[in-house]
Amino acid sequence: MTSEDPMHHRDDDHHHDNHFSDTQARVKALETVLTQKGLIDPAAIDAIVETYETKIGPRNGARVVARAWSEPDFADWLRSDATAAIASLGYTGRQGEHMRAVFNTPETHNLVVCTLCSCYPWAVLGLPPVWYKAPPYRSRAVIDPRGVLEEFGVKLPETKKIRVWDSTAELRYIVIPERPAGTEGLDQESLGDLVTRDSMIGTGLAIAAGGTR
Amino acid sequence: MNAHEPSLAVSPGLPKSNDGVPVFAEPWQAEAFAMTVRLHEKGVFSWSEWAEALSHELYKPGRRADASDYFDCWVAALSRLVTELSITSPENLDQLTQSWQRAAEATPHGKPILLENDPER
Repeated sequence: MTSEDPMHHRDDDHHHDNHFSDTQARVKALETVLTQKGLIDPAAIDAIVETYETKIGPRNGARVVARAWSEPDFADWLRSDATAAIASLGYTGRQGEHMRAVFNTPETHNLVVCTLCSCYPWAVLGLPPVWYKAPPYRSRAVIDPRGVLEEFGVKLPETKKIRVWDSTAELRYIVIPERPAGTEGLDQESLGDLVTRDSMIGTGLAIAAGGTR
Repeated sequence: MNAHEPSLAVSPGLPKSNDGVPVFAEPWQAEAFAMTVRLHEKGVFSWSEWAEALSHELYKPGRRADASDYFDCWVAALSRLVTELSITSPENLDQLTQSWQRAAEATPHGKPILLENDPER
């Protein structure tokens, strides 16, 4: 859930909230200097990064989802210990961050956001999309998730609940979308093709059987 | 990839997928990579200058055996090149680096990390 709990906003918590490693801070410093000098601009950098994010792609995450759809035991494991279940497929974060899988159901839709610093499960989803890192998405997803979803073309029935999960540096989420109807005969490989990156963030749904990306 | 392909080839040891595209473990790595590509596109340095600076860092003793510090070397090389070209001074870069770290620590949960958040700025 969103953790906008004032009890957790004591000053001494800040050190746990936000930390840049030396190298990470140096990248920001370079970015600052080079932008000031007019040698780079953020839009050009985002454009270059974006060409890679679509290629590296979230295929690892799609495999996790396809397996959860096909193997109830794996789905249970994912529910109880997503970190271990995902690691069993060989996908681990470099910093040992914990993963939690949140399952969409007919009653509830899950949406992941990081209001802090764009924490994102790189190991399973690749690089985050530019919009995920943008302040408007981060703040609006918490205040008006239904509106944000509609902008992504996802119109949910009014009766469906939306839960917003706020990632932290230590705990990151992957949404397990609902398995589309009519996919009973598909193998895991074909099922994986129905799983988009956005469906694992919660800003999209899995592709309907026979549909295209 | 196309436009960046030739330049990639001369970055020794760049981690790549089976399809030959660069692999980044974290976004800052992609940002460092993208900044380098952009500076080269703008003619700030040639790829041979870049490759030399990167190699210098990569062959320093004390590298991690699993090469997980590859992009740390990358960032060190970029910092060096930028200061050698007098775009900024090493002191300024160090100060800004520390400033960003203080800004991160001072930014409460739920807010974007901005340089202005550094209390000493």
